[in-house]
Amino acid sequence: MQVETAASPEATGDVVYRVENLFKLFPIKAGFLGSLFGPEQYVHAVDGVSFDIKGGEILGVVGESGCGKTTTGRILVRLETPTSGHMFFRGTDIATMRGSELREFRRKVQMIFQDPYESLNPRFTVFATVAEPLLVHGVGETYDEREEMVARALENAELKPAEEYMYRFPHELSGGQRQRVAIARALVLRPEFVVADEPVSMLDVSIRAGIMNLMLNLREQYEIPFMFISHDVSVTRYMSHRIAVMYLGNIVELASSEEVIKNPMHPYTEALLSAVPVPDPKAKHGRVEIKGELPSPINVPSGCTFHPRCLYRREICKEVRPVLREVQPDHWVQCHFAGEIKTRKPDDIPIEEGTCEVCHEYVTPEMPSNTCNCPRIYHAEHAAQLGACPICKKRF
Amino acid sequence: MIDGNGGTLLDVDHLRVYFRIMKGTVKAVDGVSFQLHRGETMGLVGESGCGKTTTAYAITRLLPNNGEIVGGAVRFNNMVVARAHVATEVAEALKRPTWYEEIQAILAKQQAELLGTSATGTPAQILESQEALAHEAGLLEGVRGILGSMPPSDDLKDALQEAVDADLKGWSASRRRRRMEREIESQMSTIRWSQVSMIFQSAMNAFNPVYRVGDQIAEALYRHFPDMSKDQARERVLQLFDLVGLDRSRIDGYPHEFSGGMRQRSMIAMALACNPQLLIADEPTTALDVIMQDRILAEIRDLQRELNIAMMIITHDISVVAEVAEKIGIMYGGHLFENGNIQDIFERPANPYTIGLMSAFPSIKGDRRRLRAIPGSPPDLSDPPPGCRFHPRCRFAQEVCRVEEPPIVQVAADHWSKCHFAKEIYEGTLRES
Repeated sequence: MQVETAASPEATGDVVYRVENLFKLFPIKAGFLGSLFGPEQYVHAVDGVSFDIKGGEILGVVGESGCGKTTTGRILVRLETPTSGHMFFRGTDIATMRGSELREFRRKVQMIFQDPYESLNPRFTVFATVAEPLLVHGVGETYDEREEMVARALENAELKPAEEYMYRFPHELSGGQRQRVAIARALVLRPEFVVADEPVSMLDVSIRAGIMNLMLNLREQYEIPFMFISHDVSVTRYMSHRIAVMYLGNIVELASSEEVIKNPMHPYTEALLSAVPVPDPKAKHGRVEIKGELPSPINVPSGCTFHPRCLYRREICKEVRPVLREVQPDHWVQCHFAGEIKTRKPDDIPIEEGTCEVCHEYVTPEMPSNTCNCPRIYHAEHAAQLGACPICKKRF
Repeated sequence: MIDGNGGTLLDVDHLRVYFRIMKGTVKAVDGVSFQLHRGETMGLVGESGCGKTTTAYAITRLLPNNGEIVGGAVRFNNMVVARAHVATEVAEALKRPTWYEEIQAILAKQQAELLGTSATGTPAQILESQEALAHEAGLLEGVRGILGSMPPSDDLKDALQEAVDADLKGWSASRRRRRMEREIESQMSTIRWSQVSMIFQSAMNAFNPVYRVGDQIAEALYRHFPDMSKDQARERVLQLFDLVGLDRSRIDGYPHEFSGGMRQRSMIAMALACNPQLLIADEPTTALDVIMQDRILAEIRDLQRELNIAMMIITHDISVVAEVAEKIGIMYGGHLFENGNIQDIFERPANPYTIGLMSAFPSIKGDRRRLRAIPGSPPDLSDPPPGCRFHPRCRFAQEVCRVEEPPIVQVAADHWSKCHFAKEIYEGTLRES
């Protein structure tokens, strides 16, 4: 297999989007009696989030379903209005913007949605779909001018020749082609910021890499900052310069993508990374046992929202909500003990069980065992016989 | 992971499943062969529409009405659970260029199968199925007679076509075929769920929302053990809950009270209710979050160890297979492109599609490298490309790939690849075209 290094992740320019203390609460309709007597309840979808996006940067947002990553993305393009907080897009506060100003803002930001089978109108041709934003914002005076712009957008999205695709309907396109049309629609207005919400999770593996490379190429070409939302850590690592890990409406860790992958400092990131399957049958790794399930975002736990599931929790975690602070240069962690506790990267988590490399019997966590750096696991007695791992030569 | 011990449990032999649709025929599974031994776990990987789920449905005989097995057979524990009727198989073989050799192979194989099939049921049913079997044997003899008397030519083809056409058309023919279906179905229903069970794709929604989860699992038990008392069934369900790591108090819960991961666990519990020998899991973790997925995969590994059942895991995600399976089969466009030992295939893939699939997967391990997309999109199976079905997208494609269907080449002890240049790719001597 040919190995090429991906384009070096180097963000340029100043802060394009600054988000400060963003909240989004969705009220729960509790029926007539509930609304009279009960306290009003809210889903804490986004629970105090602050970050900024620099020019030409791709910010990846990962988290489990229900962590608020999609809501954050929708607020950033103002499909939702935040409950409180400020969002400065090139210096202007967007959070409370209305009317013609908001309309002008929406011309500059675009969104790519998850499901290309649902985000395209089945009765619109590709041309009508991509030309729609032009019509809405009154860009392009004549039909010919708009056709020219649509053709350019389609060719940018690697639908070449554009004439061949322009008058087709979505049902005549494959999934990958549809997502390319959605990308062309987002880019036809030359936006200054794009939110991509799980743009590849509905696509087949062989198509997915093509769409991801297309988005990387477009970013390089036009230097548009992207927010890339995904539940897949491997995909996000590939796409992003920086990764924000979200948990229950909070950003718990924010750093450059290699830093997050190689040096996770929040206990949740540690657990999340150890759970990511690796496409290599040899790469066995230990698992961080994470307790319980994701709490309901209606009754958010007190103090640190992760404390009920955290391996490292102490008394203070139950009472005081930690703030996202810069523990190392450009490495932000929302944890009282970040830097103090020794979180491990996936490779460092000891393997406690697995198939013994000598006798091929299963080694359970209770049995005495040795592991090497490969990492492989051996029954203690077999490790003693061998003396050292035949592959990585680690002495037992 | 446990090595397979004991003999072959599941034998899928040149299976072909076609769907009849308005526009023609969709060749969803087209000549797939693999074997699964007792206690082994195999991952069946492929993109959507490559035939991986159809293969599983053919094995469990859950194909929709317009799906028909037109070639090959599936044997479970040496018992035929699915096979094509002689007439259909010969008629389909005649449409392919290599028909002469194929029909000879069919003759030898079907002969053995007919002898191995025994009739069950009421005396009238036995008589009826014996009659059907005798008829099929007669047809087989007829085909053999025609084949023996002539060299391979167009005349021979016409004669054969005529012989099977008489058997494919008309009321009595369809009645005979239904007879055969019913025969196999009655055998299958005794082993379905008790020996072969399945976890379905949308397991999250597979439970009936108005029944308690525990009762739904007990229902599977009553179906196969009619003598079981209510208390026994409840005890068994509790055991199953322990096995898959669900809290015992949840037995009286309704599906909506369960989280996605818990529903998936109860689905696994239901599949294990009758101690099956083979568990087919269709996309068992697709709708789950990473952490829950990791737990379910760990659960599957534990079950492999404790129960030593054979498993077939169908997924589009090769990293899931890498976590749990010891064998892998990679499907593309209705064909099995590569199968065998997972470590060997990951280390030295012998098929361009496998290579493409692997270099299209990002990983959190190692350095960040540029992914390589496979150009184009998967084939339309109602009109697949001639020759190798992957050739329009293949980096190595040459003239022969456009014309001839590639053979299945054995490149190592437990490693097969369907490619004209499998050996060269395995040895790393092939250049891109």
